[in-house]
Amino acid sequence: MMRSKIGRSIFSVGLAAITTGLTLTGWNWGTEVANAQRRKTLVIYSGRSEKLIGPLIKQARKDLNLDIKVRYGKTSQLAIALLEEGKNSRADLFFAQDAGALGALERRKRTLSIPIRTLTKVPNRYRSPRGNWIGISGRARVIDYNTNLVKKSQLPRSIWELTQKKWRGKVAWAPTNGSFQSFVTGMRVMYGNKKTLNWLKAMKANGAKVYPKNSAIVKALGRGEVHLGLVNHYYLARFKKTNPRFPVAHHSTRYDAGAMINVAGVSVLRTTDQRRDSERFINYLLTRKSQSFFANKTKEYPLRKGMKSPKGQIPLSKLKSPRINLTKLHTLERTLKLLQQAGVI
Amino acid sequence: MSKANRPPLPLTIAAVVVAIAIALPLLYLGFRTLFVGGEEFRELITRPRNLIILSNSLGMMIVVALFSALISIPLAFLTTRTDLPRRRFWLVITTLPLAVPSYVGSFALIAAFAPRGSFLQLLLEPLGVEELPSIYGWTGTIMALTLFTYPYMLLSLRSGLQGLDPSLEDAARSMGYNSKQTFFKVILPQLYPSLVAGGLLVALYALRDFGTPSLMRFDAFTQAIFVQYQASFNRDAAAVLSLVLVFIVMLMLWLEYRVRSRAAYYTRSSKSLYSTKIVKLGVWKVPALIFCCTITFFGLVLPVTTTLFWLIQGFTVEHEFIDLVSPTLNSIIAAGLAALVTTLFALPIAILSVRFPNKVIAIIERATYICFGVPGIVVALSIVFFGANYLPVLYQTLPMLIFAYLVLFLQQSVGGVRTSLLQVNPQLEEASRSLGQSSLQTFRKITLPLVSPGVITGAVLVFLTAMKELPATMLLSPIEFDTLAVEIWKATENLDFADAAAASIAILLVSMTSTMLVLSQEKTR
Repeated sequence: MMRSKIGRSIFSVGLAAITTGLTLTGWNWGTEVANAQRRKTLVIYSGRSEKLIGPLIKQARKDLNLDIKVRYGKTSQLAIALLEEGKNSRADLFFAQDAGALGALERRKRTLSIPIRTLTKVPNRYRSPRGNWIGISGRARVIDYNTNLVKKSQLPRSIWELTQKKWRGKVAWAPTNGSFQSFVTGMRVMYGNKKTLNWLKAMKANGAKVYPKNSAIVKALGRGEVHLGLVNHYYLARFKKTNPRFPVAHHSTRYDAGAMINVAGVSVLRTTDQRRDSERFINYLLTRKSQSFFANKTKEYPLRKGMKSPKGQIPLSKLKSPRINLTKLHTLERTLKLLQQAGVI
Repeated sequence: MSKANRPPLPLTIAAVVVAIAIALPLLYLGFRTLFVGGEEFRELITRPRNLIILSNSLGMMIVVALFSALISIPLAFLTTRTDLPRRRFWLVITTLPLAVPSYVGSFALIAAFAPRGSFLQLLLEPLGVEELPSIYGWTGTIMALTLFTYPYMLLSLRSGLQGLDPSLEDAARSMGYNSKQTFFKVILPQLYPSLVAGGLLVALYALRDFGTPSLMRFDAFTQAIFVQYQASFNRDAAAVLSLVLVFIVMLMLWLEYRVRSRAAYYTRSSKSLYSTKIVKLGVWKVPALIFCCTITFFGLVLPVTTTLFWLIQGFTVEHEFIDLVSPTLNSIIAAGLAALVTTLFALPIAILSVRFPNKVIAIIERATYICFGVPGIVVALSIVFFGANYLPVLYQTLPMLIFAYLVLFLQQSVGGVRTSLLQVNPQLEEASRSLGQSSLQTFRKITLPLVSPGVITGAVLVFLTAMKELPATMLLSPIEFDTLAVEIWKATENLDFADAAAASIAILLVSMTSTMLVLSQEKTR
């Protein structure tokens, strides 16, 4: 009886101590951060993950002598948060996974123009014609396949072949995924709505299997759940890294939307009070050093003119990618309607 | 109306704060909807695809709630009222699946049971099994959501059982009821409020979850909302669709209100005079243990071993692990404060709704469910909107993050406290008042000890769910304040399963330790 009473009082004292501790630490955090934000800090909202760009940011802090803070998140959610924050946003820069999000912010007049000297470092197909966003690295759409289940000679030569009977129930796609939707938008821009809709319907009728995202498709390919998958090019390298015998390889179609190239890029936000520093940071991302970092670390295509493509990937110059105006990729609303009409999402 | 019937001022102030807090997401949704034209509005809510996935979600929600009840009722009874071997161990262990983030759990289920290349399939391959029946769709979604949310109901039922007056059961037995009759005619009806409080949490979690259905390739209604955000950055259309969920939650609350019994759940006597009767399991001991083991295997052992497998895989390829010390501390700080603050605000709401019932407080109490019934990202964005524009000083600081947790998780605490309070005879409090104690003293000495099972349950629930919370944490935390959940997300986004596994193990460890600490303080009656 006595003991349990003592136990309980120890417990309550402990609880009280923890509570005060928590409150104090919590308060510290709050004020510390508020102070930090009063100092000049370059705040980046990044839809690119910390694993990818974290080391680069660390280096940039030193090289540019800037205090840089990054909020990582999903590209779409950060874009919407930026829209909701309006004039009071603390962000200076937005680093997005795809051109669609950058286009959306540009269209809603949330971004500033980037100096022409910076823009011209990158071929004009990889930047906004209005000059409010610029591509930093490129990602290609490819068809990944399970090497145990599909022979090289059997691979489809175009995305149109995927609706044939022999691929019935064997193709994976991710209709709710942003990069897939960009690909469909690319199709619309290239071939028109009607042809795209028919392809979507035929794919569905042919039993295309739905996955939530690219990585899930590559994983399923490795397990042999499906034979082919419509994905971005850089996922496979990460699986190969942990398991060199991972039975999946790349295949690229020629000049159709299936071989489209989309970009990850940046824009300077209208709310910034550090326009100069933001521009310095963009230039930093486009230095040869940073660009080869992307090639080596993320296996993405560096977009600065004259850079070499990453090892183990089909070189950018040899990739038979179609020419598409990437700013048109923000016309996703119509794509969504199409996907809905086809009963895919 | 006598003076005693007027609620104390501090309670009213707390209630007002809560009312404002939970009104924000609704105001935001209403405001956003204003930007949608009539035509588009009609099109959005009558689109055939949306109606189909809405019925998918509703069907899934009902099945998940039913299965959770089938798991929770026996577990609650076994772990509080029987001579189940190692009862206290099971008491803690059966709560723990709640600590498994549902995205981690779903990943584990897929790794174990996917049609091809999963653990099970590889195990059966020598027997000629090339492909297993698909786990994707209804099966996997229902399995994952049931396994990782049933503890909501279990905890609620448990605190309900602890508050039951044993004398009623004695009376039932003395009137010739056998154990079975006592259970179905006396115990179960009294557990009704706990069953409903827990059941609503399970159902709403299933309704609003996005991660599990999308990993399990199930077409849920939340998908339509996410597609709006993701593909067209259309906050307005997303708001309209979220309002559909709000409407459904309200419908459920109204139905619950209609069937809610008006009975009193307390007795006149003081229950300390009686001790609870422990049911001897006898021959049922083995089946009972098998049942506990099965649930624990799927809900806890499977996700933990799968995660450990990924972790070990990371070690073998000499993976460089991320530093988890500060994310762990951040998680504990944020979730700990969330549990504390939420409990502080839940108590007044529960007390007002039970002791000073009126229409306004009933609406506030019910409305706390609404914020739990829409996807977290919607609530997070509403606080982003109001925070950045009307309270910029606190925007993206820890207090605002805690506020977001309060809005999101208040119901989990209110529900527990309220059910406990329903079992406390108000005459005990009146007696204390008439003996000259102040209302504060009465609260501290009489009410609080009696409702402590509910308060503890609520605090544990909030702590565990705040640990797992993602969208609000990502948008509203102080910059570079990463929690374990954020680390898991970052790692999976990057296909870094070893890091994801390490962070998941850290979440599981913190959650388990805290759950065990708190539950072991419970009095063994």
